Parts: sequence; structure tokens; C-alpha cells
Amino acid sequence: MTTPSSPAVETHGLTKTFGDKRAVDGVDLHIRRGSIFGLLGPNGAGKTTTVRLLATLLRPSAGTARVLGHDVTAEPHLVRRRVSLTGQFASVDEDLTGRENLVLLARLLGFAGRAARARADELLAAFDLADAAGRQVRTYSGGMRRRLDIAASLISTPDLLFLDEPTTGLDPRSRGRVWDIVRLLVDGGATVLLTTQYLEEADQLCERIAVIDHGRVIAEGTSAELKASVGRGVLHVRLADPLVRPAALRFLAGHLGEPVHAADDPAGLTAQLSDPARAASAVAALASSGFRLSDFSLGQPSLDEVFFALTGHPAETAADNGEGRG
Amino acid sequence: MSADTPPVRDVDAAIREALSPRPQPKPAGVVTAVLTFAWRALLKIKHMPEQLFDVVVTPIMFTVLFTYLFGGALAGSTDAYLQFLLPGILVQSVVFTSVYSGLTLNTDISKGIYDRFRSLPVWSLSPVLGTMAGDVIRYTVSSVIVFLIGFAMGYRAEAGIVGIVAVILLLDLFAAGLSWVFTTLALLVRTPSTVMTLGWMVLMPLTFASNVFVDPATMPPWLQTIVAYNPVALLVTAARAILDGAPAAGPVMAALIAPVVVTAVFGPVTMMLYRRER
Ligand SMILES: Nc1ncnc2c1ncn2[C@@H]1O[C@H](COP(=O)(O)OP(=O)(O)O)[C@@H](O)[C@H]1O
Ligand SMILES: [Mg+2]
Repeated sequence: MTTPSSPAVETHGLTKTFGDKRAVDGVDLHIRRGSIFGLLGPNGAGKTTTVRLLATLLRPSAGTARVLGHDVTAEPHLVRRRVSLTGQFASVDEDLTGRENLVLLARLLGFAGRAARARADELLAAFDLADAAGRQVRTYSGGMRRRLDIAASLISTPDLLFLDEPTTGLDPRSRGRVWDIVRLLVDGGATVLLTTQYLEEADQLCERIAVIDHGRVIAEGTSAELKASVGRGVLHVRLADPLVRPAALRFLAGHLGEPVHAADDPAGLTAQLSDPARAASAVAALASSGFRLSDFSLGQPSLDEVFFALTGHPAETAADNGEGRG
Repeated sequence: MSADTPPVRDVDAAIREALSPRPQPKPAGVVTAVLTFAWRALLKIKHMPEQLFDVVVTPIMFTVLFTYLFGGALAGSTDAYLQFLLPGILVQSVVFTSVYSGLTLNTDISKGIYDRFRSLPVWSLSPVLGTMAGDVIRYTVSSVIVFLIGFAMGYRAEAGIVGIVAVILLLDLFAAGLSWVFTTLALLVRTPSTVMTLGWMVLMPLTFASNVFVDPATMPPWLQTIVAYNPVALLVTAARAILDGAPAAGPVMAALIAPVVVTAVFGPVTMMLYRRER
């Protein structure tokens, strides 16, 4: 049996190689029960591979992983009974209706005829899908599909739910709905491991975040800790005259005492701020020193900026395909 | 419930209630799991009856065309030729339908749903067996259609309804056995259309270098030898024997050798490939 005190997930040197590609490269994770843990990283970082290893869909090449106290290699069947996975790409059957999808899975999970239908209807109602229950999933919107996908993972309430990029491609309203569901789930005592490419999402939801790049964890901590290393906010300014950018960069760095770097935009500068309140004075100081600004904004650091701060290089997407930004 | 102003509190309460811990049933056993996946296959046919189009139209085309084109030349009359041809068309239709098991499987594994199935606490091969069980419906539909068109054109089965049912069962068995070849193919190639193409490349020579359309007596000896060992030809021989009310035990045994061997070889290969990580 699982000891209730064992962590939801504990990995040591978890590694997965495909040929000579190290998709996951020595990952150590410790996820507390009852928490929401975020795996943050760009495309190709190894998020999906990590989740698939933990859900026992892949076997580790090296290292160990214990999920809810069970070793994923030695006791995959015990792990499978307690976890659920909502994959990155819709893991529901588009040809069937929403209700048929849930009834199918409920039967496989051991609900007998009537109980399976009751469970399906209960979830459809809770996830605001009752009206669409009888329609083929191919007619669903992205947000409805995601909700059905998540509902499908919750038929037998799992102790640990993996959500692989649950909100990628969703509109803000659907995204908010998914966030609500995740929070309610954890209120009920479950643990959630979610992957995301959005710092904001990790920030909103997760108790702890691991930033992953090229299969390695490059930073781990609470959202506050991460932001302390990255800056709590990011100031973007756009100069009226690109030629004065080097001077403006030196001035701003001196004024703020924090890292400032040149943006892709030849007239743009980006500064990381440990205290967002200083943004206004920085803008004012720039203007009064004769640097004319055509635009400025204060935002949350993006994943790119997190990466820049942590690694000194921008996040490379699809690192190996040779078709990234290179 | 209005879409514009969702009663947030109620929805949250409903989610909380739906997710509240409760006793969990034991996951489905092997039989329930396979039957559930077979039910899924039926639902797919229900939602996409056009999938049965091939199964229905191709045999009709073949029966009508061959009977009226070649009947006079090959057998002296269209009636006589239909008596000869119908069991052959039956076999050809069902055998081609067995490629569908491969198509379905290939489509599934290229989608996220495959991960969902594999992460369930049920026997890992139940999706494959369930799909194959569902495909038996297709084989049966295909057989029934051929018989119906045959009767409409004047075909008579000497062995009556018992013979017809026996032939349909024999064909179901044969096609289910053969479909392991296509499930194996499906797990080796990337797209459903490749499964289809390769499937046809296997089946075309098997059905034409056979006794489906003509009596092999007029063929050159080397071809007669091939026909004598061609599993499709053996199946046609058995189907004719059953429908004609002739002694059929020997031919039926001979016809079942191929599906048994194929199952013994490609069954385990399919299982191994399906379990392989990807
Ligand atoms: N089955 C596989 N075979 C070969 N390479 C793979 C396979 N799965 C993933 N990869 C590679 O491993 C790396 C990590 O992929 P993935 O875990 O999907 O990243 P993410 O989910 O963060 O986008 C990528 O470079 C990807 O191309
Ligand atoms: Mg991914």
C-alpha cells in the first residue's frame, strides 16, 4: 500500500533517450501531495516525455521515478490505477459523442451499465457539457473538447492528474474555466502536475514550478522565487530613435541597477524589474534625460524572458528540427 | 443553462460534487474490456455508416459486372455462372474487408486517444481485440449483402439457410484470422492509406490467382499449383462445398489452416508491436 506521506512524485536522475537524443536528461522532481506543480518550458523541452514517463507510457532509460509511492518501472499497474493523463493532443474519440466517450471510459474503469451512464451525465453536467452531450466531439469547440478531455480523466477520481499543456490554443475564457477546474480538483485533495509554455499560467496556478529546457530542470521553486531571479515585472520601452539605443540601454541599466537588454525590435529595450513600482520613475527619467519614447509597457516576464534570465539565451523552440529560429 | 451568465457557484458546486472521493469500482476484466471496445467499433459504424459504403457497393459491382460480362462466355449462361461466382465474390468481399482492422488501428495509434487507452488499468490489448470483434459485424454485413444481391439475380443455395449461416461464420473466422496481418502492418507503417495500399497489394494476387472467377482447370499447370495452395482459393472451395450441400468437412479444415497459422504468427507480433513504446 501507499504510505500517505509519500510524495505524489519523486524522481532521481530521470532520463529518457530516443536514439542519441536525450529528451529528458537527469530530472529530479519532488511534488508534494495536494499541490499543483508546473513544468514550464518551450516546445521540445521534454515536458511531454516527462509526463509520459510518470504516467508509465514510457520506460525510463535511466534514473528512478516513484509516483504515489510506487515505482513506475516495477509497479506500473498500481500507478495506472491512481493517476490520469490528459494528453497534449485531444485524447477523446472525435467520432463519438461526448457522452459515449465518457460512458466508454467509465465502463473500462469498471462502472457497470447504469452506473457508467450516471457517472458520464454527472461529469457532463459539472463541466457544462450537458447540452452538447449527444453531439459528435468533432463538432466541439476547443474549450469544450478540453473540458471533455479533462472530464474523461476524472471518471474515477484520480489521486494525481497529469495535464499536458491544458490551455494551449484556448481563448482566455476557456482558459479561465480550465484553471477553475484545476483549482477545484486540488481543493478536493488531488495533486495536479501540469505542463505549460506560459509563465502566467504557472504563476496563477502552481505552488511550485520547474523550468525545463533541453530535458534538464534549469530552475525550480515557487513562483515568487522564480520571479525574484527573473524580475517581478518586465518593462518594455520603444525609443523614437533606434540610433540612441546603446546610450539609452546604458542609462537605463545605470538608473535601475538591474539587467537591461536589447529586444528583437531595433528600437526596443527590455528591463527586468524586481520592483515593478520603479517602472514609472524609469520611464520618467528616460524622458527627462532626452530619450524620446514612442511606446512603453509593463508586463509579466514572458517565458522567453524567464529563459533569457536563467540561461542567457532565448528559448529555442523545436531545437532539433533545424527549422526553429536557430 | 444560459451560456452568457453561467451561475458560477452552482457549476463549482457541481464540479466539487462530481469530483468528491467515493468508492471506486474495480477496473473492467478482459472480457468486459474487449466487449466495450467492440461497442466502440459499433458506435463508429453508427455515426459513420458511410464507412460501410465500400463493404456494400464493391460486392454489388463485382457480382453484377462479372455475371453479365463473363457469364455467357465462361459458363454458357449468366445463371450458371452466378451459381459458380457467388461464393467467390463472397470470399473476395469479406477478405478485402479485413483490411479495415488495420486501418482503424493505424488511425487510433496516430491520435492522442491511444495514450488514453494505454494508460487505463485494463488489459493492454483489449482495444485491438475489441476493434477486431467489431469488424466481424462488417464481415457479416458484407456477406449478407452479397447473398441478397445474389438472390435478387437468381442465385440458389442448395444447402439452404443453415448452409448460408455456416458460410458466414466460416468467412468471419477466416477474415478475423487474416486481419492480424493487417494489424501488424498497421503498427509498422505511418499512415492509414499505406495500410490500404499494402493490404491491396497482398490481396489482389490472392483473389485473382484463385478459383474466385474461373475454374482453374484451364490454367497453366504452374498457376494451378499456386491456386491449389492459395488460402483464398481453399476458402472458396469450402464455401462452394457448404453452399452446394456437398461434403464440406475436409475443405473447411483446409480453409482454416491459413487463418490459424496467421493468427499464431501475426497475433503475437501485433501484440508485441502494440505494446512497444512509441
Ligand atoms: N518518440 C520520440 N522519438 C524521438 N524523439 C522524440 C520522441 N518524443 C519526443 N522526442 C524528442 O524529445 C524532445 C522532447 O520532446 P517533448 O517531450 O515532446 O517536448 P515538449 O513536450 O516539451 O514540447 C524533442 O526534441 C522531441 O523531438
Ligand atoms: Mg509537449
